[in-house]
Amino acid sequence: MSEQWTVKRSGRATRISSGVFVLIGIVLFTVPLGFRADVVQQLTTLCTLLIMAVMWNVLAGYGGLVSVGQQAFIGFGAYATVYLAQLGVPAYLAVVLAALASAVLAVALAPLLLRLRGGQFAVGTWVVAEALALLVALDHELGGGTGVSLRGLNTIAPDWRRAYTYWLTLGFAVLLLVLVFLLLRRRSGAAIQAIRDDEEAAASLGVRIMPLKFMLFVLAGFGCGAAGALTLANTLFIQPQSIFGVQWSAYMLFMVLVGGIGTYEGPILGAILFFLLQDWFAQYGAWYLIGLGAVAIAFALFLPRGLWSLADDRLPFRLLPVGYTLRPAG
Amino acid sequence: MNWVNAIVQGILLGGLYALFACGLSLMFGVMRIINLAHGDIAVLGAFLVWSLTTRFGMNPFWALVPALPVMLILGYVLHRTVLARSLRGGPLTPLLTTFGLAIVIQNALLQAYNPDVRSLGGAAGGIATGSWRITDQLSLSYLGALILATAVLVLGGLQLMLRRTAFGREMRATAQDADTATLVGVPASSVYARATAIAVATATLAGVFLAVRSIFDASSGPTQLIFAFEAVVIGGLGSLWGTLWGGMVLGVAQTIGATIDPQYSILAGHLVFLIVLASPHGRSLLALRREGRTT
Repeated sequence: MSEQWTVKRSGRATRISSGVFVLIGIVLFTVPLGFRADVVQQLTTLCTLLIMAVMWNVLAGYGGLVSVGQQAFIGFGAYATVYLAQLGVPAYLAVVLAALASAVLAVALAPLLLRLRGGQFAVGTWVVAEALALLVALDHELGGGTGVSLRGLNTIAPDWRRAYTYWLTLGFAVLLLVLVFLLLRRRSGAAIQAIRDDEEAAASLGVRIMPLKFMLFVLAGFGCGAAGALTLANTLFIQPQSIFGVQWSAYMLFMVLVGGIGTYEGPILGAILFFLLQDWFAQYGAWYLIGLGAVAIAFALFLPRGLWSLADDRLPFRLLPVGYTLRPAG
Repeated sequence: MNWVNAIVQGILLGGLYALFACGLSLMFGVMRIINLAHGDIAVLGAFLVWSLTTRFGMNPFWALVPALPVMLILGYVLHRTVLARSLRGGPLTPLLTTFGLAIVIQNALLQAYNPDVRSLGGAAGGIATGSWRITDQLSLSYLGALILATAVLVLGGLQLMLRRTAFGREMRATAQDADTATLVGVPASSVYARATAIAVATATLAGVFLAVRSIFDASSGPTQLIFAFEAVVIGGLGSLWGTLWGGMVLGVAQTIGATIDPQYSILAGHLVFLIVLASPHGRSLLALRREGRTT
């Protein structure tokens, strides 16, 4: 039997669609050369949302770790950037270092938090975020509860500053997408997807769950720290209540649920949709958030695999070679 | 004397946290889910009582008489419509839906009322402000004692119900193994719905006490959820009396923190929670979970 089937990772269609993805990525890098500054700033926002969605999906979609406290890393990344900039580190270098520091924070928190399961993990991470927000608000050097602005970037001409921030954000987004792609594509991918489908069954087949969860948690810490630092670089001002706010988790949940939890393409789709919705409806304030919450509930109950599943089930091929396909040999 | 006062006030505050926590603990014990909308449901209850109080000039405690049945029904319907379906979707779905529900409730309250900070303390009359003076620096407020007594009564009542009544037996059976319980004729989904109704009613009670004791607004829910969760974890998951101790430890940590500096109050509570999580006691959390204990 075994000669009659071959396992393939990609076909021609997948190769073409992957090529299109890469091409879009390259084209996006040229945006600041041709568009107005506000478009660039908007796209920066989209890229930070994209990073958050992809990272939350890594946790919840693949690791089975629903976090309501990723804002701990978002806020930590932003405030680490402020702190480093105050020490005299160039602002953009500070953004990169802050992302790495967030990864270190994740390493430190992992033994404490990964012990928790399900809802305990969700609220446990939330407590960490609240505690960090309170600690930051105590520090007057960091502006206390009133907020702080990032110095060192205002010496750059605004148009160039927006372009640099955009390139750095896009660079981070591409880096993280590539990292997740490699994670799924390599041997770990099969294990991660097995955990996603059934953690206990995966464990019984010999998948070592804890090291993988640790890796996903640290990756998400790194990515969310980067997203926070980049949000700061984009807006230049932060307050502890908003950057450590639980609304980030609400946004991430919405993007991932609507796009498609546990898929590679879903969070990208979700981030774009959320970005457009925010642009159109954010003026409605509370009604907008009620809508977001209700839509998220509806998706969790009635379309748990998100919008992407509608496309994925109909497409005869995968857009990206992250899976395995069985084909008749010959 | 200052410290003694802090500890006494902390214990009284712990009664409130225990009251918030018992619904969370009950739902976790029976259904293995953490209701992320628990705090917002409590605030919803407080707003309902606020409306009754302002519209009809009722005392908030009398307003509980019509409000509690309404919230019981709401909890029952909540389970029948949203939670029952999400329980079928796997272990993560209830978290996602209750978090979505929290966002909806919080913003609906913001829309229906306004972002103003309110209190029911004025409407409650003398009980909200009176106290027994024991020494110059130590006093016991009527309200604190009432909240603690209510918490003990509610927890004790739940404990008795679980241990002694037929419904309690069904609940314990469902908590241990819902499928097997269904096989022997226990209607699991009805048990779940009734447990949710009880949890929502106790949350309402806690929300109203919070509103009488201090202030509340549409966005007070998440903080109360976090305190309730901390009380549950400090006291040991799945243990009702443990929840009371957990609430008191949290309350004492907060009041002692506040004695040092008001800014440290909540932070001290979070730190105690994280220390418990890091301790060997915290390590036994998972073991407790596997045993499937409910009481």
